[in-house]
Formats: sequence, C-alpha cells, structure tokens
Amino acid sequence: MPKSVAIIGSGQTNHTSRRADVNIPELIKEAVDRALADADLTIDDIDAVVIGNMEHFEGINLSDMWASEGSGAVMKPAMKIATGGTTGASVAACAYYHCASGLFDRVLAIGWEKLSESDTTTGIITAFDPIVERLTLAGAVGGLAIEANLYMTSYGITQEQVAKAAVMARKNAQRNPHAHLKLDLTVEQVLHSPMIAYPIHYLDMCPTSDGACAVIFASEDVARKSAHPPAWVKAAVCRHNHPYIGDVDWRKNTLESAAIEAYRLAGITNPRRELDVIELYDPASFALLSWIESLHICGPGEGGKMIDAGAITMEGDIPVNPSGGVISTNPIGATALIRVAEAALQIQGKADARQVEGVRTALATGFGGSYWSEVFILGRTP
Amino acid sequence: MRREEGKEYLYITLHTELPYQYSAGRYMSRFLTTLRDEAKILASRCTQCGTVLVPPRVVCGNCFAEMKDFVEVGPRGTLKTFSVINFPFIDPFTGVQRPVPYGYAIVQLDGCDNWLPHFLDEIDVQKLRIGLRVEAVFKPREEREGAMTDILHFRVIGDRSRESSPEGEVS
Repeated sequence: MPKSVAIIGSGQTNHTSRRADVNIPELIKEAVDRALADADLTIDDIDAVVIGNMEHFEGINLSDMWASEGSGAVMKPAMKIATGGTTGASVAACAYYHCASGLFDRVLAIGWEKLSESDTTTGIITAFDPIVERLTLAGAVGGLAIEANLYMTSYGITQEQVAKAAVMARKNAQRNPHAHLKLDLTVEQVLHSPMIAYPIHYLDMCPTSDGACAVIFASEDVARKSAHPPAWVKAAVCRHNHPYIGDVDWRKNTLESAAIEAYRLAGITNPRRELDVIELYDPASFALLSWIESLHICGPGEGGKMIDAGAITMEGDIPVNPSGGVISTNPIGATALIRVAEAALQIQGKADARQVEGVRTALATGFGGSYWSEVFILGRTP
Repeated sequence: MRREEGKEYLYITLHTELPYQYSAGRYMSRFLTTLRDEAKILASRCTQCGTVLVPPRVVCGNCFAEMKDFVEVGPRGTLKTFSVINFPFIDPFTGVQRPVPYGYAIVQLDGCDNWLPHFLDEIDVQKLRIGLRVEAVFKPREEREGAMTDILHFRVIGDRSRESSPEGEVS
C-alpha cells in the first residue's frame, strides 16, 4: 500500500516573456528558494530532487546537470523527467511516488523552461515522428487547432464562446502576481486578433514564458508535523497515448480515462459538486470548454453552456483556473507543475487574491505529447 | 546584447548544424518504397483486433500484438479535421521558415481505421469543412524519393455524392 503524501510548500518565479537578467540555474534557484521559504525548510532538509524541462527548447541535453547548483541537487539523489507539456505533472507524480514508496521523506519537484532562448514551435515539432508527422505539424498550435476544429464543429461551439474563455482566463491572471499575461480583454479583441491557425486566434493561444516552479512533497509523518496546513495527494493518475496524432481516439481520450481513475481513487462520484476548484492545463482557450467535459464537469458538448452561464468563473460554482491558467502563463516544463502548485495553494488557503473560498478538494491536470494526460486530486485530509 | 534598467545582459547566439539519420525500419521502409515505386499507400493490420493503421508499424498499440499483414489503403479518404496554418516558425526539416499559409489535413484514408496528417491544397476555410472527400496527389514518378513528400498534398474532391464526376477521377 502506498503511504499518504502531501505538498507542504511551493514557490514560483514571476513568469514573463524573457528573463535576460538570469541564466537557467539562476532562474531555477529563485523558485527553489521561494518553495523552501514557503515550507520553512532549508536545502539540507531535502532528501531527493526531481527536475524536468524539455531539452529541445534550450538545446541542452543534460539539463539536470547544468541546473544542479540552482536545483540544490549536488550530492543528493536526483533525476530528470521530460514528457512534453506534461513534464511538470510528471515531475510531481515522480516526487509523489518517491514519498509514497516510503524511501524519501521530503522531495523537491522542479519544473522550468526558458522559452525565450529558441523557437518553441520548432522545438515541439522535434518531439514528433521525424518521417511522417514533422513534415506538416505546426507545433502545439497546429495540433490544438485540429482538435479545436473537431470539437467546435461536433458540438456547434461558437468562436464567441471560446473567446469568452480567453477573456475569463486573462481576467483571472490579473489577480496572480506570478502570471505572465494579465490582460484586460474583450471578446471582440480576441475575435479580431490574427487567426494563427484556424480556428485558433492569437489571443486564444498560450504565450511562451520564462519561468520555474518548485513544489515540496512530504511523507505522511513529516507532513503532519509541517508548520503550514498541507495539501494531501488523493490521486495522481497518468495516461499515455499512441505515438501518432492520427492514432488518437478523440472519443476515448486520456484526460477522461485519467479523471475516471482519479475520481475512483479519491472516492468522488459527482465531480462538479465535490470539486471546489480546477487548475486545468489549457494550452488554448477551447480547452477550457472541451476538457472540462472530459473531466465530467458537464456533459459532452456542454462546455459552451458552462461559459455562457458563468459556471467556471471565479464567481461560478466550479471556478477553473483562478491562476489565469496556461493561456496566461506558459514556461512549458513548469506549466503542469504550476497547475499542481496552484491547486495546493487553494487547499492550503494561501492563494491570496485568487483564493476560492473554502476549498476542500482541488483537481489539477497536465497535457502534453500525443494528447496524453495527468490528473491530480488534492484535499485537506489524507 | 540586451539592455534592461541600465544594466547590460548578454546573449550568446549559437547556430547549430547537427545532421541526423533516422532509421525507417522494416515496415516504414516498405511503406516508403511502395509510395515511391507504385504510388500506393500501405497500412498494417493487427492479427489480433483487425485494426488497420497507417503508417504501418510492427506493434498494435491497443493489443501489444504483432501487425503481420500489409493492406493498401486510400488514395481517397475523408477529411476528419483540418486547419490552415498562418503563423511563421522555423521548420526543423529545413532550418528556415516553413512557407505559410498552408492547409493542414487530417485524413481517414478509405480502408483505414486511424488518420493521416498531410498538406491540404485548399487554404480558404470557407471552402473547407469536416467530412469532405479528399484524395492524395502524388509527385511524378521521377521526382519520388521514398519520403512522405512523395505525396504532394491532398486535394478536395467534394462530397461523396459527386465523387464519380470527371473532376473527381484519379488522374
């Protein structure tokens, strides 16, 4: 049986388009210092380090070696995880496994990226099959555009409904000091922004950011003695997929499969009622509508109605992405770990201006690769 | 070099030319040589569940069983989803910007269970919709080299009902 595990602290940089003032280890150290301070720990208290980014974005293959001084990994057990957009959630899952195994008491999970240092779309293309798919794939934008088109066409979701989600996310980001794009937008501005890949407008898409996030996982005994209320891991579920985009079965997606298993593990039978907040990996605004359907927050094709009714806003019954989400902030290797960190802050009551009142159960997701998924459920009790 | 708040922060620029050779393997090599020599698209069929997948591969992901049979699929198919790519980016194939705009087609070839991405010759989204019939347009024999680019693109041939019309014929 796995042992109970909790998150006892987290830290983030203030994410932005370009951090010329720091190199990679310096950027990482900012997030690590903030996480240690948040948990009232020093690096000596950390038993192991798990770190992740995607090598192709910076062109540094042993990125964990290059980062080891900033990550605090010198003379500690450490490993690197790289799973595309899901990297940060995979890092979190690995840190969770480390603690749940009973082998480690305090594990530092780090995700980072400095996307300003090369062309992000080019980097993403190199993650895909070199013989068949690189020829035509236009990175995440192209891959998401075909899913958005399929989703919107299948259910009659309008451009306006999708744009509303983009406006909501950037409005939420204004309450988050770590967010990159804190934009005050209108639906018209989104609809009149350039169509970068039909049906995705420029303002529907996530930015490319420089940033890092660090989260400290602890074993049950340590977490119970923590100075701050911990956020307990109720479920951490991963689903990978077939390799080719053309193989993906859109009716049987990995996010839905992971969510069903996570709900089973956490004993959740009515996710809309039992979840208090969601931190969704939303790489483009349509995902805020489509992927809450995969999470069974509403029925298939009802995402448009959810945004029209205001159900997923800060004032709604199931707020999604109080942080502003991925379409406001996207240092890719950190992005999914930020979802987990933000969900933990909501449980801990430490989300400041973006705090949803009375959060007892929170869900975080990661998205990456050939549409694969991670789902975390966090709670106030083990 | 970049100046911020009166401070000088340097950037070191590297242009890396690092050639790679990717092994196509047994199945992909047969797929590519058949494209080149016969202008035909091959898929593999799972001996356990019967699923037909393009490009052919040794293992069926659903069954973890060997796919032993090759079957010809297409060249016609149905447009399952699409996009028109407008934004500029560096193509890792060439090291320079990929020409935009271009049509991005996701096609279910006739006889196939999964979908294949390729270029689409139409970039006017008003003329495109999911469900249109499309067909692969091959390069002339002397220009084919055993690569995905041996298929130039997919062209729209209209609705299924119009498919027997002369303009819908495979040329």
